[in-house]
Amino acid sequence: MEFSILIGGEAGDGIRKAGNLIGRIFNQAGFYVFVHDDYSSLIRGGHNFSVIRVSEKKVFSYHNKLDMIIALDSETIKKHQNKLIPKGLIIFDGTFKEKIKNGLPVPLSSMVNKIKGIPIMRSSVAIGVLCYLFKIPTELAVQIMNEVYEKKAELNIKLLNMSYEYAERNFNRINKIKIKYGNKRLLTGNEAIALGAKKAGLKLYIAYPMTPATSILHFFMDHKNDLGLRVVQPENEIAVINMALGAAYAGTRTMIGTSGGGFALMQEAFSLSGMNETPLVVVESQRAAPSTGVPTYTAQADLRFVLHAGHGEFPRILIAPSDIEEAYYKTSEALNLAWKFQVPVIILVDKTLSESVTNIKLINDRITYEKEKIAEQTENYKRYKFTDDGISPLSFPGGKSIVKASSYEHDEFGITTEEPEEIKRMQEKRFLKTKAITEDLKKKKTVELYGNNKDLVITWGSSKGAVLDAVDMMEKDIAVLNIIYLEPFPTWKVIPIIKKAKRIACVEGNFTGQLASLIREKTGFNIKEKILKYDSRPFDPIELANSLEKVF
Amino acid sequence: MNEIDLDTHVQNTWCPGCGNFGILSAFKSTLKELVSSDELKLKNVVISAGIGCHGKILDYVKVNSFYSIHGRVPPTLTGMKLSNPSLEVIGFAGDGDAYAEGISHLIHAAKRNSDIKMIIHNNQVFALTTGQFTPTTPEGFKTKTSPKGSIERPINPLTLMLVSGATFVARGFSGNVEHLKNLFKEAIRHKGFAVVDILQPCITFNNTFQFYKERVYDLNKTEYDKKDFNSALSKANEWGDKIPIGIFYNAEKKTFEESILEGL
Repeated sequence: MEFSILIGGEAGDGIRKAGNLIGRIFNQAGFYVFVHDDYSSLIRGGHNFSVIRVSEKKVFSYHNKLDMIIALDSETIKKHQNKLIPKGLIIFDGTFKEKIKNGLPVPLSSMVNKIKGIPIMRSSVAIGVLCYLFKIPTELAVQIMNEVYEKKAELNIKLLNMSYEYAERNFNRINKIKIKYGNKRLLTGNEAIALGAKKAGLKLYIAYPMTPATSILHFFMDHKNDLGLRVVQPENEIAVINMALGAAYAGTRTMIGTSGGGFALMQEAFSLSGMNETPLVVVESQRAAPSTGVPTYTAQADLRFVLHAGHGEFPRILIAPSDIEEAYYKTSEALNLAWKFQVPVIILVDKTLSESVTNIKLINDRITYEKEKIAEQTENYKRYKFTDDGISPLSFPGGKSIVKASSYEHDEFGITTEEPEEIKRMQEKRFLKTKAITEDLKKKKTVELYGNNKDLVITWGSSKGAVLDAVDMMEKDIAVLNIIYLEPFPTWKVIPIIKKAKRIACVEGNFTGQLASLIREKTGFNIKEKILKYDSRPFDPIELANSLEKVF
Repeated sequence: MNEIDLDTHVQNTWCPGCGNFGILSAFKSTLKELVSSDELKLKNVVISAGIGCHGKILDYVKVNSFYSIHGRVPPTLTGMKLSNPSLEVIGFAGDGDAYAEGISHLIHAAKRNSDIKMIIHNNQVFALTTGQFTPTTPEGFKTKTSPKGSIERPINPLTLMLVSGATFVARGFSGNVEHLKNLFKEAIRHKGFAVVDILQPCITFNNTFQFYKERVYDLNKTEYDKKDFNSALSKANEWGDKIPIGIFYNAEKKTFEESILEGL
């Protein structure tokens, strides 16, 4: 059993909050949910909508086949009624005098007016009707409303009860769902990133606002005291990254977050972290580019950019979590890796992953805090000591050791050098760490293979969600390979899988097929079939299934 | 008392007679004296610098250091202070570094009263890149990138820092090491953002030694209230036959790091 509900209205109608609330209700009722928010870069007016996909089994994406539309304005009906299934319903703000195909009229505005509420509360009226239609006990919705609206819950709950009774008098139930009371947690991708980082010892988060990474900053600001976290919003992204490096040099696990444009501003200091081997974790949440692009919509076009970010050559780690659960675990892994190997680590996500909501059960035991290599206190401390694996044990200012970090090429003590032999040796020392990193990654989940058919779809990042859902809808059996670690590239996993495959297609959200080109570079295999999307919207699994049918 | 050794094995590559020697000497004396008087623990001192002749100072002083990139010293120091508030973080920057490439950081560090100290080697010229104009180059001054004389009017670092909210603003002269040392001491004793702009001759591209020597006078030896913001602003505008050096402004305000760490 699965169904999709769209709620739409103008910016300022509280669509995102209502969508989240509906998601939480179905989560509480024991279902898997996936909530997608679609909004424009404006504060009032325009058209916003949320799609809530509800299912008995895990879902990773949303699609455009709707069972129900909750329309807070007429624009919502106009824009989305073509996506409604023949038996679908439209809850709209009106009376029985108005004839709308498949429409269930509910006097949203007049009920709100009756209790002297404000227009944003209309969604609570609609939710009352929703509860009746699906036979969800009002107590369950009341509990969620109390959690979400806190002090402002009272009027919303009143409206919920009023509209439930109204629906009882006027409509027939459409679907009696079985309530199983779930114990999962509803999280956005950005919240999962934040919690994962905290779990691996994050002490400081620094960011300058930029969609779609901003909600990490919001989350941390809201919870800084209970998480015991320092949270800073400096003057620009250049300050963000330099501040992070100063903090990490002094011994604090630090993370920064931005989107492509902000990361572009950070390039010089990103290279500095490579040179002075200061641990750094950057969350880069992609949005449609180039330039300002389409700020509130999605893309996977920064893969090549982050792979080559920063001038010069230095080792780095690039992780692209593909769903919200993975974002939690992989961010904690990122923090540990940055400190163990003293390299910059990038978490590459996108608007779709950052801002979508799903319910997951977090297993905290799966995360461990891995300690960095610490040097003994000595007067002759060498910050860049040559070692067998290239990793020079860390020391922080405040002790007996004198810690000299440098952006210049340097000797083992961190003193500037221009001697060719020393320069060569230090560059080799830094790249020696790649070997140690690769050995470590061999023990980690760097790729995930779903199924074992000889027909194979390769994908990365949030597109995996639509790919898995699409393959699930198809009759043909197709395997899916999701690549999570993109640098160092897990050739040890990818090459054998590609060798066994017969037909291969690459699915990704960009124009040039960046993953396909990376696979060619790293493995020598040329994947000709590419399904690419660059209209700033995520793949729709139904459409994707059609495209895949043509390939396989 | 044991002699505190701050020397490194590194050979100094500044031009003979460079104003940087005065700054280096005053800084080392400052550290030695503050450590001797138990006001400072050497292990807690971290110095940072941008890129330019001034930056080499990091290789010449045996304390913790972070060689930053051009213009980015203030956020680097703020990060350290957020990480470990017991550190004493001191930044060096050139006039190009602080007032061109990194001017936004300097203004914002002053605005938020971050507990960092900034020492600006202001020689009015880009020296390490062999002589180009900077934001403090006098109008009409000829450099490789202003062959007919600079067409821009210079900024006044002191008024800029005062209106940005700096809680400690001072000016020194690299030719007066004893005076400079006292400024450094007071800057380090100050809780909050401190900036010391240093009038520094560049022996090769802009030798102002004689010019300054004839004009500078110690502001703090006159009737002057360094707690008065308006007096500071007015004195900061004095530039001509007489040039004031000393502490222009010194006020107590809550620091950025105190606010961030509150309740944690």
